Order: sequence, then C-alpha cells, then structure tokens
Amino acid sequence: MPRTRIVIPDEIDHISILDEEGNLDSGLEPDISDETLLRLHHFMLLGRRFDERLLSLQRQGRVGTFAPISGQEATQLGAAAILRPSDWLVPAFRETAAELWRGRSMESVILYFNGYAEGVDIPEDRNDFPISVPVGSQILHAVGVAWSIRYRGKDDVALAFFGDGATSQGDFHEGLNFAGVYEIPAIFVCQNNQWAISVPRKHQTRSETLAQKAIAYGIKGVQVDGNDVLAVYAAASEAAQRARSGGGATFIECVTYRMSVHTTADDPRRYRSDEEVELWQKRDPLNRFQKYLTAKGLMSDEKIEMAENTVKEEIQAAVDRAEERMKTPGDPLYMFEHAYAQMPPHLIEQREYLARELSEQKKG
Amino acid sequence: MPKMTMVQSLNLALRQEMEKDDRVIVLGEDVGLDGGVFRVTDGLFQHFGAQRSVDTPLAEAAIVGMSIGMAAYGLRPVCEIQFSGFSYQAFHQIENHAARLRWRSRGRFSVPMVMRTPCSGGVRALEHHSESREAYYAHTPGLKMVIPSGPRNARALLVSAIRDPDPVIFYEPKSLYRAFREEVPEEEEAIPIGTSQIVREGSDITIISYGPMMRPTLEAASVLKEKDGIEAEVIDLLTISPLDDALFTASVRKTGRAVIVHEAPRSFGPGAEVVSKIMEKSFYYLEAPIARVAGFDVIVPLFNRENAYLPNADRILREARQVLAA
Repeated sequence: MPRTRIVIPDEIDHISILDEEGNLDSGLEPDISDETLLRLHHFMLLGRRFDERLLSLQRQGRVGTFAPISGQEATQLGAAAILRPSDWLVPAFRETAAELWRGRSMESVILYFNGYAEGVDIPEDRNDFPISVPVGSQILHAVGVAWSIRYRGKDDVALAFFGDGATSQGDFHEGLNFAGVYEIPAIFVCQNNQWAISVPRKHQTRSETLAQKAIAYGIKGVQVDGNDVLAVYAAASEAAQRARSGGGATFIECVTYRMSVHTTADDPRRYRSDEEVELWQKRDPLNRFQKYLTAKGLMSDEKIEMAENTVKEEIQAAVDRAEERMKTPGDPLYMFEHAYAQMPPHLIEQREYLARELSEQKKG
Repeated sequence: MPKMTMVQSLNLALRQEMEKDDRVIVLGEDVGLDGGVFRVTDGLFQHFGAQRSVDTPLAEAAIVGMSIGMAAYGLRPVCEIQFSGFSYQAFHQIENHAARLRWRSRGRFSVPMVMRTPCSGGVRALEHHSESREAYYAHTPGLKMVIPSGPRNARALLVSAIRDPDPVIFYEPKSLYRAFREEVPEEEEAIPIGTSQIVREGSDITIISYGPMMRPTLEAASVLKEKDGIEAEVIDLLTISPLDDALFTASVRKTGRAVIVHEAPRSFGPGAEVVSKIMEKSFYYLEAPIARVAGFDVIVPLFNRENAYLPNADRILREARQVLAA
C-alpha cells in the first residue's frame, strides 16, 4: 500500500473591509441601509460610553465586579445586527453591546452588576439566553437550539458568542463537532480579544488562527477583522444566509482586542505592555467606523457631538433610574423564586424560616 | 512569627514544598506570570520558572485530567481551578479518574494530586463565584476533602494535602483570603488530614463547623458565654472527608447538645453526615434534638440578597438557644 496524501482544505478567508484609517474596500462593502448604519453607530457609541460609565461607577463602589467590553463593540454589534427578532442569541459574559442592541435595558445591566436578580431582564419578544459565566459552556446550548430550529422547520438561527479562551474548552470542540454532524443553523462568533485574563492568545493554542479549527469539524470557518464592523457584518450575514438555507453552521473568528481589564478585579499591567494597548488603540473600531460614516456623508463632527450628547443623556437617565430602584434593597425572600416550577415543601419551610427571621430582625 | 493572611500562608506552603520536592508542580489558569487571580501563587513563576508554575490554556477538564497523568507518572501536581464554580467542568475527570485510578489499577497507579480552589461566598461576586459544594467531593469515594478556616491551619493542611498519597480537593474560603492575619511559623507545620480540632472548650453544648463559618460560630460562642453564661465547645472539622468523628461524638457525649453549622445547602450537606454520626455513636447522651444551621437549598442569590442567604452569628445563636432550651 502506498503512502498517499489526503487533501483537506488548508486555507480560510480573512475579511477586512475598513482599515484603521477608515478607508474602504468598496468591492467588499456590505449592503447596509443608512438607517442600520446609524443604528450601529448609536449602539457602538452607547456600548463604549456605557462601559466607561460602568467602570467609573465600579471604581466609586456604585457597581460590583463586571467584564468591560471596550474595543469589542464592532464584533458584538456587527454579529448581532444580522439577527432577526425570532433568532436566538446565546451570549457569554462580555457582550453587553449586543444585549443592548437586542433590547436589554442599561438599567437592568446596572442592577445586575449590583447583585440584583431583577437585573436579569430578557426582553419579552426575544429568545435571548441570560449571560453564561463558565467559559465556553453555552456553545452547546446554541447547538441544541439550532438543532431544534431545524427540527421545527424554521429558518431562524442560533448565534453563540464566546472568547478566544473558550476555544480551549472541550465544550467548544464538542459544539462545533455536533454542529458539523447535524448540519444545523448555528453561528459561532468568537471574540478573539487576545487575552484570557493573563494568558495571551499565542499561549492558548499553537494554531495559526482560531478560525481554522472549523476545518476539522467540517463546517465553514472564517477570520475577520473584529474591529471592522462592516467585515463582521458581512461575515455574519453570509453565515446567516448559509444557516437559513440549510447550509449548516459557521465559525467566525473576530480578531479584536480587550482594551480594558478582564474584569474590574483584574490588573492587566501585571502581564501586558502599554505599547501593545497603544497599538490596538490605533485600531479602535469606533473611530474607524465614524470616519467611514463621515466619508459617506452620514456623520460629521457636529453630528458625532450630538450623538455623544444623546448617548450621555440616555446613560444618565438609566443610571438615575437604576439608583432610584436600588434605594430599596431586594426582598430576600425572592431567593426562593424560580428554583422549581412548583416550590417543594422543604423550600416552603425554609422560606417561612427566613420570613420569621426577617420579621424578628425588623422588631429588633 | 510573621503574621500572614491566608493568601500568604498558602503561598508559603507552596513555596516550601516546591523548594523541598521537585515533583511538586503548580498548574492552572493564570497561576504563572499573573500569580493567580487571588495571588496565591504569586512569585512562584519568577522563583521556580515556567516549568514548575505552569500557565495552562483555559480548560478545567484538561487541568485536572493532565494532573491525574502527572500524578500517575510520579509528580505531585497542585492544580488550581480558578473558582470552585468552574470545577464542574472538570467533574468527570475528578469522579471517573482522580478518585478511581488507584482502585482501577489495583494499586499500581495512584493520584497524589491536590485540586486547590476558592470556594464559598461573602465577597459580592458574580454568579458561580459563591457556592459551597464540598458535599459533591465528600460524597465521592476515593477523594479527600479539606477546608481550612484560617491562615495557620490553611498552610498546615496544604502541606499535608501535597504530601498525601491520594487526591485531595482543597477548598479555600475566598472570604477568608485576606480577612485576617495569624502568626504562621516559618518552620514546617502540618496538620494530618482527617483530624478535627477543638478550638474552644466547653461543657454545655457542642457547635461543629468548618471553613468560612468558623468565625460566625466562634462569635456566637462568645455571645453565649457573655450573655447566657453558656460554655460552648466549638469544633473545627478541617477535613470533611474522611470525617474525624471521634472528637465531636465524644464532645456530644459530654455536652448532650449539638449544633452543626455550614454555608453549604442544608439538604444532604455535611451536617447530615455529622448528625448521623452523632446518632450512631452518642445517641443515648443526647438531651435535645440536634440543629443544623446551613445555607438554604437554593442557588446562592446574587450579592444584593447574599447576606440573607449566608448563616451568621445571629442565626447560629438562635438555633443554639433553642437546642439549649429543649
């Protein structure tokens, strides 16, 4: 028997449409309405400014630990923008901009990061999962949702977000493998932000790209400039089209950067250089999109300033509403809710125990 | 003797064991250059190098699974799972292999590894960062389950865990990491796994606890003394499995009354096992029903409601007084 070679795909596409200066590759420019472009701008700006505000509130002790998103707005919004209301979003924990796009309120985000269960606020008309903290674990849920979509004969999609660190988890590989085996309408969006807390992307995997991992599972893989909202949108649109028409799943690696801390409990100066951060600041997704919109005549310095003011007011109003709400602490008895469809006897007993304790405390 | 936080004393244990024994390897997410998210492994990377303080890719199952192989080979891996809430992503490796390899290989291979992981609540953290699930591990034959309650015993238990011939799950109550300092001797000190300690002597009632609940338990014992004139005997279990039942069953034979306190959910928790041991060994000495003060059987609420979930000195005191009144 001779030793032969089996040919497998050994290339993946990399898509970049807007460069750092906002210059456009017009041949690749996706067809996006002006209205959607302006909406994307609004949410990119809102995502950035809200993130900055949350960080400042956290430093003042007015918000608990959270995971900032700055630098990753284009990845989140370019992908979320292709979703229909009936599609399913399965986030990790660093997708606040995508969640806001889908209708989650800023007020709920503030409540959540202040430890209020009331901050879990899934819009009634959206099938969006709550955030998932155990890294990569949610990928399989998107697989289950996508399988069910196909079973019911719908043309919806399930879109899962996760980070570069998640691609080391078994759940990621199992998820992509299942998606390949069942040819289901799933879109896997990796926010490759270069850092899993202190571990750089190059120590996460020896693979040259993350996108190439799709090849092994027989699904489409593509790498995009994740700081280029047009590129992310184009790749996600293509993936959605493939999924809705029965063409199976896609893995999109969005190359972006975590411009801020992992969470507010982290100090990145311990493990990465200022030079690196400065390099990525030049690639800021918001700046280049604003340059593009300005060149297109949709934005101007004046309009950007107006947009900044609008966003600032929206954020202030949300902070005010949330802080007003938080003048009242949550009712502790609420902890027994949503444990089961029907509260079992031992929990009824424990709830009564806590109620007695609380009323005794009130009496002093 | 230098005064240390639990973070520092655990670091001392790791440093000294690594110094003494080149089989001891630390591995996990962010344990190297970053020194661990709580800084327990701080400086080990700089002192011992990347070969002995190993930053891993992000995969809990791989961290534990790889540790099993290293241990079988003859090394002494001390792996860190960043929060106990993420250890379930490695649970199949723990239950199916770490706990069983000695048995499955009829003693040919063993798994002398330690899985260190920050546990329990009280630090206003996000979901999955506040649970106390020691019962999972204590319920798994083949594992040892240890939970220190302060800097000094944390150091002395970690030393024993590293030297233990079997897999040890080492829970570090994160609310105690920097809560207080204790004198910790530079020279070697070890507490044998499977031994509990009387930390306050008394003859009226026995209060049994461990880990993060030792402080509210001792606070309640002081109030009992000052306000009620009651002498409570307080026992720190230190090891959940194998459970040292000699000390607390003897204590209950003396006091006739017992309260067990833990942060873990009440049902099927370590308290249930302690109560069973008392029933088996000290039943005829009991003068009152035994009380359990524990977390409720719900997911630990987000931190706005967490204080109402966590047992505290008041709750312990109320239950103890009922037991004393019975």
